[in-house]
Amino acid sequence: MPRTSDTTTHAPRIYLRNVSKRFRLRHTHSFKESFIAALRGKQLSTSFDALHDVNAVIGEGESVALLGFNGSGKSTLLKLISGVLVPDDGDVLTRGRIAGLIEVGAGFHPDLSGRENVYLNGAILGMTRAEIDARFDEIVTFSEIEQFIDTEVKHYSSGMFLRLAFSVAIHTEVDVLLVDEILSVGDEPFQRKCLAKIRELQRAGKTMVVVSHDLEMVSSLCGRGILLEHGRVVFDGDSKDAVSLMRSR
Amino acid sequence: MTDSVPPLDLRGFTRPGQGSGLFDVIRRRYLLSLIVRKDVGVRYRGSVLGWIWSYVKPAFQFVVFFFALGVFLRLNNSTEVYPVYLFSGMILVNLFNEAFSNSTRSLVDNGALIKKIFLPRELFPVSATIVAIINFLPQALVTLIVCLFVGWHPTLVKIVGLFVALAIVLVLATGLGMLFGAMNVSFRDSQNFVELIVMVVTWASPVLYPWTAVRSVLPPWLLEAYLLNPITSAVELFHAGFWYPTTSGAPELPPHLMLNALVGLAVSILLLGVGQLVFKRFEGRFAQDL
Repeated sequence: MPRTSDTTTHAPRIYLRNVSKRFRLRHTHSFKESFIAALRGKQLSTSFDALHDVNAVIGEGESVALLGFNGSGKSTLLKLISGVLVPDDGDVLTRGRIAGLIEVGAGFHPDLSGRENVYLNGAILGMTRAEIDARFDEIVTFSEIEQFIDTEVKHYSSGMFLRLAFSVAIHTEVDVLLVDEILSVGDEPFQRKCLAKIRELQRAGKTMVVVSHDLEMVSSLCGRGILLEHGRVVFDGDSKDAVSLMRSR
Repeated sequence: MTDSVPPLDLRGFTRPGQGSGLFDVIRRRYLLSLIVRKDVGVRYRGSVLGWIWSYVKPAFQFVVFFFALGVFLRLNNSTEVYPVYLFSGMILVNLFNEAFSNSTRSLVDNGALIKKIFLPRELFPVSATIVAIINFLPQALVTLIVCLFVGWHPTLVKIVGLFVALAIVLVLATGLGMLFGAMNVSFRDSQNFVELIVMVVTWASPVLYPWTAVRSVLPPWLLEAYLLNPITSAVELFHAGFWYPTTSGAPELPPHLMLNALVGLAVSILLLGVGQLVFKRFEGRFAQDL
């Protein structure tokens, strides 16, 4: 199987060893239903393998694209790395501070102002008060919504909302950034700005794991691609090769 | 996979998603303060009366109980300064009930966040308890003012007792909230069960009636069990701290109250530990079950 030659010059940031994740689909949702189903000898749940025996080492400063069709396990893997999910088997180990741009704006509250949401979300993503204070102006400037920063977020347009949320996430002080399908934020000029910001973070030596269906963009952004199929790694190597392999399937 | 990952030096690595429970909440106290502020700020948003609601509710509850029990059932005649007796016990049980039921629901309420971003999940039940405290403080202040007005002569021990009572109630509510909240993620039966408990709690402690009424009907061993209920000890400590110093000194407080209270505190701490253990056991499934 093709592999990248050792791109990890420093100690790795993410270490995945024999990682498996099964999801149980429960057919019962209360004590009563479970009890009756058990009495009748019906199956209480079915399970399927979202990830099976995944191995990978992601080095410091590396940018890795997770590729695969819907349901291949990309987002599950990202959630395992961020800690939202825990593996059933194997080890997920990380080094340094990790922040996920997994669905930006998840921690936003519509009744709070933009300013309050910046602080709340910064803290959710692991920033201290001093760090948010220091970056606040930068965050607001990047989002281009200065004049609405003290307005409640529920009055924002969806574009304004996403720009602010993305801006908070991208300004988080991290070692590893997990990016899930969020580079489709806002209009084209803003997208270009986001990409530029991401490249800037890459140059600064941040590690990145990116999930996107925009294959052109993701293969130009990341040198390495990991192709997943039904929860298994089928290719790990150059991202261009990964994309062409994916297209041939 | 033919080639496996080479062995590595694992110093400095952590397993994402495996925090150190309640200690992480202390470490992330800035985030905790923001979540509390959010919950407090958002609570009555959109209502005209706003925070006045947190006075109106206990005031109505008090009036209803006062007339039903104090006037119609004549507890007002048999119990000295019954309004203070009623109110001081009521606010403490309300604190417990609110903290307990809110922290039970807190994980489901914050499901959207828990599914997407990892943060110490213990933050949510703890924050629910703190919000309940904030709601409780003005009521405690009202009680204090009324006590001063009718003549309050507490001893230092009785004032210390007030804080012991608060400790019992808050530790117990957080522990049980974590226990039932964690189960609530998979089985929503849990929050209905908690509603039942909450309904019983008010009546299973001497909040509306004096404990001596229980003594006159229960056999001694059952009375002992009744008095060992941590909530009963806490309520009686509140009575001892607020109500008793306003009476002539004739009413009877339960025997060895402080001892019972310390047992109650120990039980509460134990249950907090159990709550944390169960929480940790269930936590791995939160994001997929919500």
